Amino acid sequence: MEDNTCGCRAAAIDRRAIIQGGLAVGASLAAPGAALGQADPATTRPRPGDYLVKDEDTSKKPLTPADIPLHKTIVSAWAVEPNENIVRKGSRLNGIILVRYENSELTPETLSRAAEGVVAYTQICTHNGCDVTDYIEAERVVQCGCHFTKYDPRDSARIIEGPAPRALPALPLKVENGKLVVAKAYTDRVGFEQA
Amino acid sequence: MLASIAPAFAQVPVVPPPPPPPMPDILTKYRPVTVDMLKNPSPNDWLQIRRTYDGQAFSPLKQITAANVKDLKPVWIASTGVSNGHQAPPIVNNGVMFVATPGNQVMALEAKTGTMLWRYRLALPEDAIVLHPTSRGVALLDNKVFFAAGHGVLVALDAKTGKEVWKTNVMNNESGYYMSLAPLVADGKVMIGTSGGERGIRGYIAAYDVNTGKESWRVYTVPAPGEKGSETWPHGEEWKTGGGSVWVTGNYDQKTNIAYWGTGNGGPWMGGERPGDNLYTSSTIAIDVGTGQIVGHHQYHPNDSWDWDEVSPPILLDYKRNGKTISGLLDFARDGYMWFLERGDNGKINYVQGQPFVKQNVFKSLDPKTGRPDVDPDRKPAVGKKASFCPSLWGGKDWPPISFSPQTRLVYVPANENLCGRIEGFKVPYKPGQAYTGAISELYIDPPNADHIGEVQAWNVDTGKKVWTHKFETSQNWGPTMVTAGDVVFAGGTNDRKFRAFDAKSGKVLWEQVTNSGITAMPSTFMIDGKQYIAIQSGWGIDSRAMQNRLNMARPGKFPEVPEGGAIWVFALPGK
Repeated sequence: MEDNTCGCRAAAIDRRAIIQGGLAVGASLAAPGAALGQADPATTRPRPGDYLVKDEDTSKKPLTPADIPLHKTIVSAWAVEPNENIVRKGSRLNGIILVRYENSELTPETLSRAAEGVVAYTQICTHNGCDVTDYIEAERVVQCGCHFTKYDPRDSARIIEGPAPRALPALPLKVENGKLVVAKAYTDRVGFEQA
Repeated sequence: MLASIAPAFAQVPVVPPPPPPPMPDILTKYRPVTVDMLKNPSPNDWLQIRRTYDGQAFSPLKQITAANVKDLKPVWIASTGVSNGHQAPPIVNNGVMFVATPGNQVMALEAKTGTMLWRYRLALPEDAIVLHPTSRGVALLDNKVFFAAGHGVLVALDAKTGKEVWKTNVMNNESGYYMSLAPLVADGKVMIGTSGGERGIRGYIAAYDVNTGKESWRVYTVPAPGEKGSETWPHGEEWKTGGGSVWVTGNYDQKTNIAYWGTGNGGPWMGGERPGDNLYTSSTIAIDVGTGQIVGHHQYHPNDSWDWDEVSPPILLDYKRNGKTISGLLDFARDGYMWFLERGDNGKINYVQGQPFVKQNVFKSLDPKTGRPDVDPDRKPAVGKKASFCPSLWGGKDWPPISFSPQTRLVYVPANENLCGRIEGFKVPYKPGQAYTGAISELYIDPPNADHIGEVQAWNVDTGKKVWTHKFETSQNWGPTMVTAGDVVFAGGTNDRKFRAFDAKSGKVLWEQVTNSGITAMPSTFMIDGKQYIAIQSGWGIDSRAMQNRLNMARPGKFPEVPEGGAIWVFALPGK
């Protein structure tokens, strides 16, 4: 039964909220996030609904599947917050690589994240954080130029060979009004070994 | 509502934090490191990464000898708590040991017992560019420990507490500048160099006041238009992203106050994209530490196109040639040649002799006066032109340093033989912080059925002749060497996780110990209470791991994964 004589239970709840929210006594007991302010959209990871633009394209033209050449190359891209059109390039960890295949080449899991054959992964190699920029045309796979980890984008960017500890996190895509759009958040933490 | 809560909250007693534990005696009695101690260190200490400023890594200690080293046993082992390549030697000052590890960490321990004293870690930003996340060691002076954090921050710690005394940002990490080297302390300054040769940096060495961290001078390894050496670059903007990284600590002539630093490859990788000799990439440069001026240089090969960094600096030594004693420099280069040089007047570096120490098919000949190589054009890759060459981009010897015994007159070289490479270049635009190699590379074993890859070579510096070679049939060699007056050479470096002792005169393996991981670190040795200890970190990673992967592609199953995770090992002979 609640004991109100000392106000202890109420105090316990408030103290917990204060400790968690870092608020001073007497301040509003609103959610901690509001007290700390909004996260910067430019450094936030890509979110569902974001569209994609090519790296260095200042016109912010949304990418479509046709913009990614089949079997040819990596297209480096950034996600764009769609309401205010803020390009999420405030952190290099937000770099995205796009590659295009035929649907028939993709494993079922990768196909579920693809948009008309276009697959998206983080650009940041999980080994030491170099940018994965090399597309090996003869094998249709991508490779990090620093220590030569090879990932297979047709199969969840699993590691074919090399020193990286885990596959590249995948960014599920869909097509909306003809544009490539982020369908879900990254499947795993973006980043590299911190040692 | 709030009013009724506030008084209850105000009645919660505030518990003061507990007082810090008393500082152990070994720290309250910490012996400050003086300038004289760095110039003339006691054999009982290991105050610098290669013990002495000349880089020789020779210890006068001789309790452990070729006859008794077979009885060496582990005395203590301590986990570092981090993974990836551990390369730093344990630095020891009067029984206090300082160890730098990956993860921007410095540990202090009692050298005799392994008891933890303090631990320092500087958090790495999540988007930091640190492509070689390791540290090759700390430097000491007074009561300070100097540490180069990976993301470009130079830190001075209090040796007694591990707390920061000063800290300064020394480079722009967002543009791909980072650090992995041990600082060099001399002439009241602490010096560092920049990593990032694969990111389009313009390399430099900078010096900071030991007491305040204020920058004293900065010298670029790639000259700007109008500066000396700029005539070796095209007239465009190539110099701005010319490379010349500096990621191994220079050696130092304490008589002349000149430091000899090695410089890395040019940027981008293909020399055809920056026609000219490209001073001072792939060179040794002599820097007057007082003024920060480049007073001499020797470029090992012009217009580098093989990723042959020449960052590992030459050692300083006297050697005989044609009846004369030469005040010299000796470098075992990435390019597969050993280079005997002379420390000339006022910092000038003169060529004396060059010869290959592994299979080398890139140089047709050397100019007899200057040592300048005549390069076979078929062996030089370019944009759209694949070329194969030996040794591979990892070279005949990479960063792991050689050691020299004035007793045996031999240098001990960690080499890799029978490894060649192919590179093809492509055009790459420069974007700050992004990859700027413009090349795809392959590694291959040549001949394909070669019976070994890693070697320890011993060369007589007075005759220029090889005296012995130890070959590793199933492993490459990434092991820095150390040699003692007991005529024992210590080194790790192999994928079997072993730490070995070799007879310095004959190369016979006298002792070995399997450790927790592969060893690519520099060894050290010290004496406490009349007992000699040998110390080494074991923790595989970085390039040794990358090479192991590539070798496993060439010989599937023969180069399996080497388990990672760091530990400090200390050995001694049994008994008191």
